[in-house]
Amino acid sequence: MIDPLLATLTFETLFPNHIWHYLIGGIFIGLGVSVIYLGTGITAGASTFLESTLSYTSRLPRLQQHRFVTSRDWRVVFTLGIVIGAGIYALTFQSGLLTSSLHQPATAGQLQDVGGVTIWTTEVSWWRLLGGGVLIGIGTRLGKGCTSGHGVCGVGSLSQTSIANVATFMVVAIGTALLVGAAGVSP
Amino acid sequence: MTNDEQSGAFVALIFVGGILFGFGLGFSHMAQPEVVLSFLQLVDLGLVFVMGGAATVTAGTIFLAMRFRENAPLTGRPYERRLKSMDGNVLSGGSIFGVGWGLSGICPGAAYASLGVGNYPILIGVAGMFIGAYLQAYWRSMRAESGAAAVGAD
Repeated sequence: MIDPLLATLTFETLFPNHIWHYLIGGIFIGLGVSVIYLGTGITAGASTFLESTLSYTSRLPRLQQHRFVTSRDWRVVFTLGIVIGAGIYALTFQSGLLTSSLHQPATAGQLQDVGGVTIWTTEVSWWRLLGGGVLIGIGTRLGKGCTSGHGVCGVGSLSQTSIANVATFMVVAIGTALLVGAAGVSP
Repeated sequence: MTNDEQSGAFVALIFVGGILFGFGLGFSHMAQPEVVLSFLQLVDLGLVFVMGGAATVTAGTIFLAMRFRENAPLTGRPYERRLKSMDGNVLSGGSIFGVGWGLSGICPGAAYASLGVGNYPILIGVAGMFIGAYLQAYWRSMRAESGAAAVGAD
């Protein structure tokens, strides 16, 4: 028997901001992938957009591969959809137009009112965003996917390659973030 | 794109899928690098519910679709699992991605969504991702040209 009080304390220690907005958000992400898959058979990942979009301007043979050139138009549409979907969240829940006990307001970063819409901005340093971005660009393309391609579609496919990739980036990212935190870099 | 992939229904469906996906990233706060970093620093483990919830829904869809139908209606593509071949790049790429994710708290989909919640500083991160993607493409094009690497890295 687990002492209920101990279980509660442990749960709240692990999930100080509750779990519902995380789970509901995850379900929406899965629904987005599912809608596309059911209609088209495509397992959509977010990082191929980087290479496929570069194919509009770069003549590098690597970027002119058939699979990038033929998918680049719809990948732009997919990415625009992601931006607009997050924008709908910003106009509704983030701006307080809709509220729910299952939604958690932001506890980090900066919220500001811009013409009646609440926008959220990060406080993470520019050099972390830039340096991290470059490594992400290299790593996701070398490693054949990112948190959506491998982490959602690949894991959802029970792909051993994807599970290995996710386990690798999780361990390395946790180690990196703990080191950065231990070095006193915040936010 | 093939003719099927230029159809209005195809483009509309991709757009709707993107909207659901982006709304989910916003609602789950994955568009906030601070929240991702708090997961990676083991302060708030909620991210496992985001990835777990998304992967579970996706798994259900993929396996049910494969069980009951052969091909997707809009493209005629066969319903298949997302299976990529395993090689050293999967692990080295995953490691490089892991350092970047742990440093910044951003990843591609979440970074696009972050623009949607108004986070204009994320443009620096998005620019970084394009630079990184170009660098690896340049490096691999050079390797392929010099014949140092076997063709068909993926």
